[in-house]
Amino acid sequence: MPFMPVKFNLQKRVKLAQGLWMLYWLSVVVGIVIFSLGIYFKVELRKRSEMMDNNESHLVPNLLILVGLLACGVNGFGGKVCHDSLDPMKYAKWKPMLRPYLLSCCAFNALLLLTALLCFLMQFSVYLTLAEGLKNSIKFYKDTDTPGRCFMKRTLDMTQIEFRCCGNNNYRDWFEVQWISNRYLDMSNNEVKDRLLSNIEGKFLMDSVPFSCCNPGSPRPCIQHHLTNNSAHYDYDHRIEELNIWTRGCREALFSYYSSIMSSMGVLQQLFIIFYPFNHFSQYLSTALETMADPENPECESEGWLLEKGVKETLVEQFSKLKTLVKKPSQVQEGGDAPEA
Amino acid sequence: MLLKMKFNQQRRLRLAQGLWLLSWLALTCGAFIFCLGVYLKMELLRRSEVMDNTEIHVVPNILMMVGLVSIGTNWVAGRVCLDSLDPTRFPRWKIFLLVWFAVAAVICCLLIAVVVLAYALQGRLEESLKIGLRNGIRFYKDTDVPGRCFQKETIDRLQMQFRCCGNNNFKDWFEVQWVSNRYLDFTSKEVKDRIRSNVDGRYLMDGVPFSCCNPTSPRPCLQYHLTDNTAHYNYDYQTEELNLYTQGCRQALTDYYMGLMNSTGPGVLSVIIIQVSVILSLRYLQTAVEGAMALENPEDDSEGYILQKGVKETFEDVKTSVLDMLKFSQVDPTTSKGSPEAEDASSTPAN
Repeated sequence: MPFMPVKFNLQKRVKLAQGLWMLYWLSVVVGIVIFSLGIYFKVELRKRSEMMDNNESHLVPNLLILVGLLACGVNGFGGKVCHDSLDPMKYAKWKPMLRPYLLSCCAFNALLLLTALLCFLMQFSVYLTLAEGLKNSIKFYKDTDTPGRCFMKRTLDMTQIEFRCCGNNNYRDWFEVQWISNRYLDMSNNEVKDRLLSNIEGKFLMDSVPFSCCNPGSPRPCIQHHLTNNSAHYDYDHRIEELNIWTRGCREALFSYYSSIMSSMGVLQQLFIIFYPFNHFSQYLSTALETMADPENPECESEGWLLEKGVKETLVEQFSKLKTLVKKPSQVQEGGDAPEA
Repeated sequence: MLLKMKFNQQRRLRLAQGLWLLSWLALTCGAFIFCLGVYLKMELLRRSEVMDNTEIHVVPNILMMVGLVSIGTNWVAGRVCLDSLDPTRFPRWKIFLLVWFAVAAVICCLLIAVVVLAYALQGRLEESLKIGLRNGIRFYKDTDVPGRCFQKETIDRLQMQFRCCGNNNFKDWFEVQWVSNRYLDFTSKEVKDRIRSNVDGRYLMDGVPFSCCNPTSPRPCLQYHLTDNTAHYNYDYQTEELNLYTQGCRQALTDYYMGLMNSTGPGVLSVIIIQVSVILSLRYLQTAVEGAMALENPEDDSEGYILQKGVKETFEDVKTSVLDMLKFSQVDPTTSKGSPEAEDASSTPAN
């Protein structure tokens, strides 16, 4: 007793083939979109890899690129088969490949699900990488003369300007590191000497931030230095001043940017997955074409189904097949039947 | 006849089909020109706060108008093509085509004018930017004056985005007071000295806002006491290049807009070429089909041409018909017999 049988006449078969063809080509377009999103994400990660200590994981964009390419290939093949399905001569050459094709579609679905899941889960890894990377960036801000780190200052300045953020958690992170290189410090000056002696590690620490932390929306020209000293500036209270410099930390800013990209890609893939079970309709089409009573007469009626026997019987059959395969792996199967999906 | 060509039925059909495709291509080009105009206008409007006048807006305005008109005319050309091979439907387009040619010629002229204007208005754009930026820098400190409160933010963002400082260069900031009096401590001796040091009583200093800072400088940005070498360790004002942006904002903005308009130049020129080819093809189609309809057997060969007589003769014909129309409109009150004479004398216009 077939599972969910549906009767098909020529008209219905033609409609089914046309509908499937449209859906397959739509999926190819979605595959291209996913591919380009993967590339975009990869480029964005590379752009800020300095902020992440160059050890960010490229797993998600690589998977997306792979999924996009596979989607194009698989769905393009499906579209071609649909196009040829109503011509018995062309269809005959595709017939043997259909079963493996439908199985590979199921495998592709699983891969899509996995990628969508990863898009959401890998956000944690991005968060941790950002935290570590930004801490080091701030530490190496002053090393514009060290090969390999000379552009750290520029990158961090541009990031703070672009993302409207300051420091790792907030602007106080700048108070804890020496961000002015010793090359620009007058070591003979008393004030400099005092500051260097005031802490164990001999670092020139001050309560100032770089210019890139300045908020252009402030009504007042930017106050960068002596931020915690109210008397250093006229009419200034550092506890209530909010507009002077950016209050948000760069880790939070960058993370929300990347997580929005990853979440939207995950959602797009979820939509794709929901959209995808029409390969069940392909099953209908292929079985409908197989069971044509009179292959020479294209106008005859036929029946299409999802499974040849009921769900339970199919599962039992598959299970027993699997058992025989496991028990006697080396023995040749006698009269081996073609596996049914 | 000017540029005569023979057309048989097959060639007429091919011409109609080719022209139909070409008119759709020209329609897409018209849409492209419209979008280009919109984009240019948006970019100009975004920075309208630092521009004194809107003369340069004539370029995107013409582009938008021409784009819309060209979409309409090319759609009409497509319809004419579809009707051209049906002798019952083609004659109704006859008078309309005269208008169509005039409009299409005007479109081509306007597009050429746009290309010329884009270059010619560069000087006016610079003037407008010079005045606008000067005002922007002057009103930088007026963040409490309604209507000017966002001047500071605009100028800061502009300098950061275009990597420029001041109008001509960073020294423009030395000549204005860009720190508001609200943030100056008037009891301090230093402030009082500075204010007294110039005639207008302004607080001038050799410092620039933070938005002039260049992030690629290896050294943390030096904003204040720029001309004083002793104020900073290991600093020479004459040789320091990377500390601030050296380019002036007027130059940066002019380069940006000229670059935009130059890059659209080749696109506009190719649209002109496509439009001219549509005009010529439609003229050939019109004359060939009219010639065929006049024959006994409409499927015979006919001739297509651009002008029925030579260029000079057509020009003379048009001139006399226009003059006659003018003479006819100027009715002489003394000689009432004069008007019927003028009526007889007016010849039918060529084509």
